[in-house]
Amino acid sequence: MTSDHDDGHGVSRRKILECMTWAGTGVLWTMAGGVPRSMGIIGEARAAEPSGLTFLQISDSHVGFDKPANPNALGTLEEAVNKIKALPVKPSFVIHTGDITHLSKPSEFDDADRIISQARLDVHYVPGEHDVLDEDVKLYRNRYGRGTKGAGWYSFDANGVHFIGLVNVVDLKAGGLGNLGNEQLEWLEGDLKGRPASTPIVVFAHIPLWSVYPAWGWGTEDAARALDYLKRFGSVTVLNGHIHQIMQKVEGNVTFHTAMSTAFPQPAPGAAPSPGPMKVADDKLRSLLGVTDVTFKRGQQRLAIVDQPLQG
Amino acid sequence: MARKLCGAIVLAVAVFTTATALPAAPAQAADSVVLIDQFTFTPQRITVKAGATVTWTNEDDVPHTIASSSKLFKSKALDTGDKFSFTFTTPGTYEYFCSLHPHMTGAVVVEAATGSNAAR
Repeated sequence: MTSDHDDGHGVSRRKILECMTWAGTGVLWTMAGGVPRSMGIIGEARAAEPSGLTFLQISDSHVGFDKPANPNALGTLEEAVNKIKALPVKPSFVIHTGDITHLSKPSEFDDADRIISQARLDVHYVPGEHDVLDEDVKLYRNRYGRGTKGAGWYSFDANGVHFIGLVNVVDLKAGGLGNLGNEQLEWLEGDLKGRPASTPIVVFAHIPLWSVYPAWGWGTEDAARALDYLKRFGSVTVLNGHIHQIMQKVEGNVTFHTAMSTAFPQPAPGAAPSPGPMKVADDKLRSLLGVTDVTFKRGQQRLAIVDQPLQG
Repeated sequence: MARKLCGAIVLAVAVFTTATALPAAPAQAADSVVLIDQFTFTPQRITVKAGATVTWTNEDDVPHTIASSSKLFKSKALDTGDKFSFTFTTPGTYEYFCSLHPHMTGAVVVEAATGSNAAR
């Protein structure tokens, strides 16, 4: 399913498939020379001395989820936040790529805020489909929508890197996938206009912007148009969630990455009848907690991935 | 085994609910149940008589919705075990999908109640 590159460092397709596992943590990113490099799963004290901008991605916390795959999603979110707090190098900010809550309940948003705010970091959110269950997306927008357009898209700059948060979970069409919509795409085109091609771009959205597995809805209907606007840039990194497992792909200058959930794992594409929450044995779950180093090499644009379990 | 039993209970509840809610419904408009399981509507295409009520029950661990493609009806997000019912009065084909997972689609085919009586 993935089309990751095999490279001289032995990062094989098999290895990558092995890495489609769950860890109740986040991914720490650092910008070295304008190129993002994943520092591995938070909690691993490997984040020493990154130069430039360091930020962290967490995703799919599903606060309120209490089914067998993880009866305490709030607890594992708290574990992730504790790991963020314990980092030797404080990240500049956090990106949350959606599904903050499971059912968009005010109490779930409250609980999520209470835990995530303990990290004492700015958090830049985009919604997942679980955060917009109210028809007019009021619950999400009242909390996180300040200064955003439409259902919550926006951009900002940090250390010379241009960050773009997109929303692809509203106004979905029957039989379709994630959807950005014309209004947002026009805004994106305008947002990018006039920026030098040398500006490193980080795009983040909930549903993958590449076709991971359309049979399960794991892709975005009109992402090609967004990627068309981005293709002139030398370094584009797309960070997504939704599929609760790590996957990566490089296409030209664009590197795609999906993050793990802090709540529950989902099966690899086609490995189960449906993409629902996957129950694994408790002890297996811990052994599946992993670390992921991702290195983006300027020029070559190939990525090297090294994943290791936290235990065992 | 447990699932079958569960389905039987759901069916019983749905029939009971609609029977009390719709005293005026014609006797031949048998009510119907659609289960949501493994991100699939089962049956995916259901045929009912005009006047029948269709009840959807979510058996997945994640929420789903029932959204008419023509915007005739739309449920709230159904958590595990939640139900949504809609009564179809006019013959026709009603396509619907889950607005959270739009690859999930289904259809309700509504036949004229009188026509089917004559056929019997």
